[in-house]
Amino acid sequence: MAVRKGIESSLAIAEAAAACNVDCIAAYPITPQTHIVEHLSELVNDGELDAEFIPVESEHSAMSCCCGTAAAGARTFTATSSQGLALMHEIMFIAANLRLPIVMTVANRALSAPINIWNDHSDVMTERDCGWLQIFAENGQEATDLVPVCHRIAEDKRVLLPIMLNFDGFIVSHVVEPIEMLDRDEIATFLPDYEPQQRLDVDYPITMGPVGMPEVYTEAKMAHEAAVQNAYGPICEILDEFGKKFGRTYKPVETYKTEDADIVFVMMGATAETCMSWVDKVRETGKKVGIVRFRLWRPLPVAAFKEAVKGKKVLGIIDRHFSPGGPGGPVAQEVKYTLYGEKDAPKVVEVVAGLGGRDIDFDTFDNIFDRCQKVLDGGTVPPFELIQARGGHYGKI
Amino acid sequence: MAKQSPAPNWQDLALGCATLEAGSSKYQKTGDWRSSRPIWNFEQCVKCGVCTVYCPEGCLKMNADGYPQVDLDYCKGCAICVTECWTGCISMEEEKD
Repeated sequence: MAVRKGIESSLAIAEAAAACNVDCIAAYPITPQTHIVEHLSELVNDGELDAEFIPVESEHSAMSCCCGTAAAGARTFTATSSQGLALMHEIMFIAANLRLPIVMTVANRALSAPINIWNDHSDVMTERDCGWLQIFAENGQEATDLVPVCHRIAEDKRVLLPIMLNFDGFIVSHVVEPIEMLDRDEIATFLPDYEPQQRLDVDYPITMGPVGMPEVYTEAKMAHEAAVQNAYGPICEILDEFGKKFGRTYKPVETYKTEDADIVFVMMGATAETCMSWVDKVRETGKKVGIVRFRLWRPLPVAAFKEAVKGKKVLGIIDRHFSPGGPGGPVAQEVKYTLYGEKDAPKVVEVVAGLGGRDIDFDTFDNIFDRCQKVLDGGTVPPFELIQARGGHYGKI
Repeated sequence: MAKQSPAPNWQDLALGCATLEAGSSKYQKTGDWRSSRPIWNFEQCVKCGVCTVYCPEGCLKMNADGYPQVDLDYCKGCAICVTECWTGCISMEEEKD
């Protein structure tokens, strides 16, 4: 029987990885992810987890090492944040196109400069195109539950792709929550032993990562695109199975009180939990507002998202990263992509907030709601704006 | 990318574009990088075989008559044979095609 206990989310995530009976962890410590790999190294050292813990000299080595162990057929886990993820950058693409089912938890944190250890989504969003599956948890329970789910998805013979499990640094990683912990026996009923489809084996030699000449590179990318798109079905199936087995159901796109709402906020991560409390509060004053949250980010759940915002008038999108000199934040860009050309598509009000640990509180939601209300009342749609910048957004009064 | 003639569709690629067959590099005709090819003047050649020893691609062999013969499927035209030939019997000729 699962035990519910007060535990720091990072430690619960490490316990979940251990309960998945991972074979190999190659990692380098970085705030705010450190407690995860620190705890895993303790579990290995204390003999509670029979795995290789490889303390490498950098994140570039960590991801390279993970590629090696996954290619050898080991269930492989690692974790990182921010600069660490950036240092893994070139190996991220290799892990993805070699179809190595690595699970990596990312405690999302801002990128330097200026150096900042606090939470936003700039680390993961700059890795958006690396070809990994990407999923966002909003609290410690969800992050813990999604560890075995991610191993199941990554290792599914129909998928065979690495997967990145994101959650907000500190806001989720360092918070002590009541978390229902699944033990090894329970997880074993959901996550079978890993049987690699293809691995490095001296008796049956193969080459992984050969050169891809111009005659074949495009086809290699097409095969990768098909793999990521085709993962959607198995992802839904596996999330459903987890829900039926353990009572906590997770969907690719989550909605909260959207049924009667004209204005819907769209965001990812823990911000949505704060927003749920705000929605409950303002609904008492008659404001019909709801939330749509992307849990799954790659593959982008286009159909599920369209269904979730069908008939809505205005979307208020909160991005926690943006491209300087570009078209605003990634969530807003991709939402617009899903809606472009759709009949009666909702109008999109986009803001960037919560950069480098700046709090997103009820006042922030009030501010965004006012912008949406103006558009709902017939006002023009404003361009994207860093709403929390003192001095105002550049070029705006 | 192994033996692929004609070039494969994406559906035919192995998982992760792995090469499942050993020794498949022989199917890569890397000689098509060449911009010039070595030509031997056999009247001057003394059949010493120095060129075959220095060829970094291993694509020079002595033929039945004892003269060096180049495998143009793999010769990249590096001209190391020209540099190493002490009789000066090898010259490079530009590829026309």
